[in-house]
Amino acid sequence: MFESLTQRLSNAFSFFKDKKEITPDNIDEALGQVRTALLEADVHFKVAREFTDRVKSRVLGAEKLAGVEPGQQFVHACHKELVDLMGPEGAELAFAKSGPTVILMAGLQGAGKTTTCGKLAKLLRERFKKRPLLVAADVKRPAAVDQLKVLGARLSLPVFHAAGLAAPEVCARGVEEAKKSGADVVILDTAGRLHVDEEMMAEVAEIARRCSPHAQLLVVDAMTGQDAVRSAQAFHERLQLTGVILTKLDGDARGGAALSIKQVTSRPILFVGTGEKLEDLDPFHPERMAGRILGMGDVVGLVETAASKISEDEARASYEKMVLGEFTLEDMLAQLRMIKRLGPMKKVLGMLPGVGSMVENLDVDDRKLVRMEALFTSMTPKERLHPELLDMSRRRRIARGSGQEVDAVNELLKGFKGMKQMMKEMNRLGLGAKLGADAKKQALREMSPTGELAAGSSGGGGLLGGLGALGSGLGSLGSGIGGLFGGGSKSQPSLEDLRSMMGGGPRPVGSSPQRRVESKKDKKARRKRGRR
Amino acid sequence: MGLFDRLKERLKKTREAISDGISGLFRGGRPIDQALFDELEELLYTSDLGAVAGEVCAELARAHKRGEVKGEDDVRRLLRELLLQRLGPARGEPTFDAKPTVILVVGVNGSGKTTSIAKLAHRFQKQGKSVLLGACDTFRAAAAEQLEIWASRNRAAIVRGPEGADPASVAFDAVDQAATRGVDVVLLDTAGRLHTAKNLMAEITKVQRVIAKRLPGAPHEVWLVLDGTNGQNAIQQAKEFTAALAVTGLVVAKLDGTARGGALFGIQKALNLPVRYLGTGEQLELLEPFEPEAFVDAIVKPTLEAAR
Ligand SMILES: Nc1nc2c(ncn2[C@@H]2O[C@H](COP(=O)(O)OP(=O)(O)OP(=O)(O)O)[C@@H](O)[C@H]2O)c(=O)[nH]1
Ligand SMILES: Nc1nc2c(ncn2[C@@H]2O[C@H](COP(=O)(O)OP(=O)(O)OP(=O)(O)O)[C@@H](O)[C@H]2O)c(=O)[nH]1
Ligand SMILES: [Mg+2]
Ligand SMILES: [Mg+2]
Repeated sequence: MFESLTQRLSNAFSFFKDKKEITPDNIDEALGQVRTALLEADVHFKVAREFTDRVKSRVLGAEKLAGVEPGQQFVHACHKELVDLMGPEGAELAFAKSGPTVILMAGLQGAGKTTTCGKLAKLLRERFKKRPLLVAADVKRPAAVDQLKVLGARLSLPVFHAAGLAAPEVCARGVEEAKKSGADVVILDTAGRLHVDEEMMAEVAEIARRCSPHAQLLVVDAMTGQDAVRSAQAFHERLQLTGVILTKLDGDARGGAALSIKQVTSRPILFVGTGEKLEDLDPFHPERMAGRILGMGDVVGLVETAASKISEDEARASYEKMVLGEFTLEDMLAQLRMIKRLGPMKKVLGMLPGVGSMVENLDVDDRKLVRMEALFTSMTPKERLHPELLDMSRRRRIARGSGQEVDAVNELLKGFKGMKQMMKEMNRLGLGAKLGADAKKQALREMSPTGELAAGSSGGGGLLGGLGALGSGLGSLGSGIGGLFGGGSKSQPSLEDLRSMMGGGPRPVGSSPQRRVESKKDKKARRKRGRR
Repeated sequence: MGLFDRLKERLKKTREAISDGISGLFRGGRPIDQALFDELEELLYTSDLGAVAGEVCAELARAHKRGEVKGEDDVRRLLRELLLQRLGPARGEPTFDAKPTVILVVGVNGSGKTTSIAKLAHRFQKQGKSVLLGACDTFRAAAAEQLEIWASRNRAAIVRGPEGADPASVAFDAVDQAATRGVDVVLLDTAGRLHTAKNLMAEITKVQRVIAKRLPGAPHEVWLVLDGTNGQNAIQQAKEFTAALAVTGLVVAKLDGTARGGALFGIQKALNLPVRYLGTGEQLELLEPFEPEAFVDAIVKPTLEAAR
């Protein structure tokens, strides 16, 4: 139902086609597409409008860069602007200088506060060596105290509650209890409340007044719609919010509310909830969120990482090799190393449009790359240049040398063949014959997952070179990965390819391993283990 | 007090409509033109109408071109009409032809399933039905305890299983006991699950299947509980749950805030699922049968008020 922004941006590109530069006249239609994409992602309409206004002035105000096509400039500006707005990256909780750090969790009903209290306690203990005390201050919802107690028991962490008292009193006593017992973090779980419920908003303000929390966190459901602006505003007025936690990002919500909330509160998003289990709490990454909202994956991030980590020459050489069809295992190894340098596989794949959301739920195994590399290095240089030499006995030797099965070698060679095949097809299209700027551009369009980003011209110098390389870097990466994953002539790996290639057996999207439908075997195992 | 009245009252208390920052759509005898329809569209977006906002405003603009929209009253009337058309008629309450009538309640995490079940039990009991609750959420911490408290407040029977038990087996037991005890209505509470979680969707399909094994024809109703504050993702939820289960109706919770649940229009367009009830608070009584007129008025009225 939603057109992805990638699609919309392709339209935007066609607006800019044949235009030398972006002007106030030709930018509006492209901006309209972006605005619609944002609204479909639940960004508040005013925030969306402000956003497109900013992009407009950013693009129009920017100096015209030699050789950079307007379309590229436009996409780049959109993404950049959104990342800037979503940031900062790596914002952290501030701890008290002396005495226990008090953390207040607040938000609408069912947002995920209680669960997140448990997750946060776990994270603080594991990553910061803290000793948290959980305080059950939801005296309203049936079994809310029990719920937190169960989570505390699972974590072997203390949970404080004083029956029969009002929430602010429970919280105040909880903080006292922490001081007495030597806990250095107190996490206050409060009842869900509507921002228009005056009595309840007064209650949470009273809790904050009495406990002077160092952190006041708003917990927000990523599926929230336009109303996020109103509720965030109200919580922001009644509390001194210090940060935001976005939950339920393991679904397919685009999460535009995050942008609205960020705009309204100007408080950093600290963590994101990515599942129901206690370990499902991750640091927030603005560029990932931006890609998600725009529905395009972190293309620009990938492109930039590629540009900074892979020299232009390297990228172009690899690309030209592929297009010219003299591609060998040696080149494939070079590509593999190039990819390895970009960072963890999951991150790299996550940056590819269309793959991003799938990857979130994949067991990506970086060791797979290491194992692949071992296969390559067990070959002689001659074998890498002449893959046709690899008969069965050589394959066995390589397998032994790398401590792997012959199947692994075969799989690799299959992937290699796939890549070669793809290049042949490109050559058949006449793309490899001459590497004129146009042919190259066309080739890149074919190869890059988005096409538009690859539409760079092939001149040199400055940002142009950067962008040109971006294109080729991305193009070859996209197809390279496709090839690595055994994809035939596909330029993008399919989910199945990814699953099978990344190690880790198939794992349904969005699943939490602890919560799967039990087989009889599982059941037996669980009984043995006792509780999960 | 209906949803509409409650909304009106709330509007007085809060400045929310004003905080949208748009005023004077009609003020000072402003002419009705495209710019006005554009602003109206934006205001409709704030009710989570999504793409429907654009469609409705485009129709308004066409009607205006035909000379059918002359003043504010015409805008109101036509807007109301266009939205109503898109909702379809109210379905009314279940008829309880089968005994027991089994109602399976599903939805994403935290949408309001358990609370809605408590309210439904309350409502059906007031209609003279005997009710049994099945605590099939064996996963979330203290989920069964939560339902148990509601059951005892309602003095309704409850069937629960051990923590971590197979939800389908609890559902089976609940239906089985209701059938042998001659209970009128069984309400089955299930764990929250995101519609993207394939294995959990398979799990709930299995629950539905197992129920039918015990009682052919059951579940007689499968209701999807949506969080009224959700945006366009609610459409995705409805699609996926409908694909996995024989969903027969919607319950929209949490409409007592400033959210208006406009995603329902998109859902109607795609799936044509009847809305059964709206949740308007955390207490047992705060459940209302769906009335399209009141629902639409709750959108039109503040929209035009903000525009005034
Ligand atoms: N899939 C998923 N579910 C989550 C996440 N965080 C919380 N949940 C689930 O969301 C539901 C509501 O979570 P709670 O922690 O009870 O929410 P709450 O804000 O404390 O709710 P109230 O106290 O009633 O306001 C539960 O089913 C949780 O398991 C998340 O990141 N992903
Ligand atoms: N304001 C308001 N709150 C509601 C309404 N319905 C439910 N809630 C609250 O929303 C929160 C979550 O409700 P639950 O009934 O536990 O939701 P659930 O779908 O069963 O949650 P999980 O089982 O964790 O997936 C609780 O704090 C409820 O009190 C409603 O109509 N209005
Ligand atoms: Mg809670
Ligand atoms: Mg529940």
